Amino acid sequence: MAVARTDLARSARPPWYRDVRVMRWVFQLVVVAVVVTVLWRLYSNATSNLRASGLPTGFDFLDRKSRFAIPGLQDSASFTVRQAFIAGYLNTLRVIVVGIPLCTVLGILIGIMRLSDNLLVRAAGTIYVELFRNVPALLWIFITYLVIILQNLPPLSDEVTPFGAFVISNRGVGIPWLNPDASVLTFIGFVGVAMVAVVGVSLWRRSVTDATGRPSRSGLYGIAAFVVVLAIGNFVAGNSLALDPAKVNGRQVGGGLNIFPPYLGLTIALVLYTASHVAEIVRGAIQAIERGQTEACQAIALTTFQRYRYVILPQAFRIMIPPLASQFLNLTKNSSLGVAISYVEIASIFQRVSNNATPALQALVVLMFFYLTLSLGISLIANLINRRLSLETRA
Amino acid sequence: MSDDFGAVSAQEEPLYGAPRLPEGGTGGVRAILRDNLFKDLKNSILTLLFGAVLAFIALRTLRYLFVTARWEIIYDGPLSFYMVGKDFGRTGISYEMLWAGIYVAMFTGGIAAGLGNRSAGPAMSLSARAAMIGGPLFGVVFILSMTRTITPTILTVGAVGFLLLGSQAARRVRGALKRRLGLIMLALVGLSFGFITGFDPSNIDLFGGLLLTLVVAFAGIGLSFPIGVVMALARRSSFPLIRPIAVGYIELIRGVPLISLLFMGQFAIGFMFPPGASIPGPIPRAIIMITLFSGAYVAEVVRGGLQSVPSGQIEAGKALGLSPLTITREIVLPQALRNSIPALIGQFISLLKDVSLLVIIGLQEMLGIIDVVLARREFTNQGYTPEAYAFVGAVYWTLCFSMSRAAQRLETRLGVGTR
Repeated sequence: MAVARTDLARSARPPWYRDVRVMRWVFQLVVVAVVVTVLWRLYSNATSNLRASGLPTGFDFLDRKSRFAIPGLQDSASFTVRQAFIAGYLNTLRVIVVGIPLCTVLGILIGIMRLSDNLLVRAAGTIYVELFRNVPALLWIFITYLVIILQNLPPLSDEVTPFGAFVISNRGVGIPWLNPDASVLTFIGFVGVAMVAVVGVSLWRRSVTDATGRPSRSGLYGIAAFVVVLAIGNFVAGNSLALDPAKVNGRQVGGGLNIFPPYLGLTIALVLYTASHVAEIVRGAIQAIERGQTEACQAIALTTFQRYRYVILPQAFRIMIPPLASQFLNLTKNSSLGVAISYVEIASIFQRVSNNATPALQALVVLMFFYLTLSLGISLIANLINRRLSLETRA
Repeated sequence: MSDDFGAVSAQEEPLYGAPRLPEGGTGGVRAILRDNLFKDLKNSILTLLFGAVLAFIALRTLRYLFVTARWEIIYDGPLSFYMVGKDFGRTGISYEMLWAGIYVAMFTGGIAAGLGNRSAGPAMSLSARAAMIGGPLFGVVFILSMTRTITPTILTVGAVGFLLLGSQAARRVRGALKRRLGLIMLALVGLSFGFITGFDPSNIDLFGGLLLTLVVAFAGIGLSFPIGVVMALARRSSFPLIRPIAVGYIELIRGVPLISLLFMGQFAIGFMFPPGASIPGPIPRAIIMITLFSGAYVAEVVRGGLQSVPSGQIEAGKALGLSPLTITREIVLPQALRNSIPALIGQFISLLKDVSLLVIIGLQEMLGIIDVVLARREFTNQGYTPEAYAFVGAVYWTLCFSMSRAAQRLETRLGVGTR
């Protein structure tokens, strides 16, 4: 009996080449072997080809002199390649840090416009979205930079100077900025104190609201606190916190902060382009919220602003975060298009670095590494926010 | 869509903002105006404000289009540059051959559209239909108005005719022919590619303008499709050794900008060929990189499609004793791919826009050709830049807008996400 059963079991077990449990691993190992072989071949081809053409195979080129100047940086001509890459990375960050908040605000505005019950407002939103999203970002960059900034802004000789503090010209836009004599640390210190004051005031207002039920108006009080603290600070520090107005200095914009035309063109174009995508996300997220929420707001007579600020947007925000994060990533990656209008961000640095003496392959690895840090950073932040918000809903 | 005038019924009331017909349906135009434009004081102010802004923009645009713009950069300039590039004549491909390829492609597209039409969907309202046809029509008329002879117009109308012919053919076809329609479409795509390249793929090196943009975009999406399907399946598979490969590929490609990949194609890929091998020209190298790039995005689209297949389908397959391979091929993939068609069209649109990056590596696609035209002696330094960019923008807009509307329509017809 027992013998018969083992016979049966043995005959029931298929040969190894028909056994799913075995073949699963054989199949995986074969695939991995093929992938590793292909990658190894590519790598060994690359190293031997680099050696054959007398190019270095390591990353020593990072410590060589870069031999090109970066506009806006004084001693950039003597930078090493490594320093040049980092300067380019900072320029990329400048686009992202300004671009992401602006495109979010504009996108939310347009998204809400598309849902307005006024026909013309809705039409304006639709025209904006359909116009900007169906044309390549690069074309918008060329149009803002080559056509609008270089051709339609006034030349520096008859620049426009609104309020005597701004300069608008095709050689750059100047805005009031920190006094060059003032110490940055003092400024940051006073701004920090002002921030603390704002937090304190808003906490106080919230406790007043909780105790008495009167409106908190913490925004208004916060701004007042900020202005008062900075005004006192300016008085204490002997007027060194006052902003320096922009003015024309000979053949360039001096004083204040000079925003270079390529930066301006790239940032404006990317903000306008990305905002059209953000608007669609916002619209979709708002539409995903039950209509009952709006009706309830109307029933308790909230204004449109209150309805969006306190009821609709907080809920829609939760749905928006993953697609918004991917749009922010797109903006980050699209900032590499600055290379087309010689804005010296990191992709331009790569293009300038990769001449005959520099191995393009390794420079490319550096370039991709920088972008991967940006992408991973943004995804990480988005995931954290996402987790926080979804936890709040469960509580 | 928010522009669904009057398409209000009990089940599908638009969520927000869509205009509603007055109660009882009386009042006509005045009531519609009141509800949409002058409901209360705030609304009236908004109407006047936006009316003024929109009227100003419309006036300026029309004045530019018909009065101030100097379109001779397009029509006196070599329009053929924008369409097929500077060196197309050197390929020896006749325009008849090119149009034959376009017609075959349109016919194939018609078949695909006709297949999508089978499942009944909600009827489109008049205004949505008008927006869908009106926008592209305006764009096509604008582009054709730049031509000096009637031939391109007739040929374009013929192309639309082939599109309709294809969709009718798809609805009429029955039996064995219908079962092999996928194969037939594949053969037609190959034939169209053959006609367009004059049956010699190396001719692509001489392409430029819109033709180059379209060839690279179609080649990119077509070649990346198998990569995307394989990578999506690998990422969702239960193979612990293979999944990391797929995840690594997808996340690496999606984490870096396309331009860095194009730089790689331009500067680095030559080093990866075996020593002594002949390295392909810049355009094929760009196609390789665009295919790799698009593969990662297509993989994510297909993964979304795979996730939309209910797990009961797989369980039913297992209950019937089908092998995992058969379940994937016969049950999961057909539904997943069908559900991912609208997103795939969206991916194609963004690829079409991304092909404009080829100008940065010095290829003369739609944007790059502008520099070639502006460098000609009769146009250089005369401020023709805005017109050239406006024209190219109009071409892109017409293509992308019509395709995105088609994808939206397909989405509602397929009922993706509604169950």
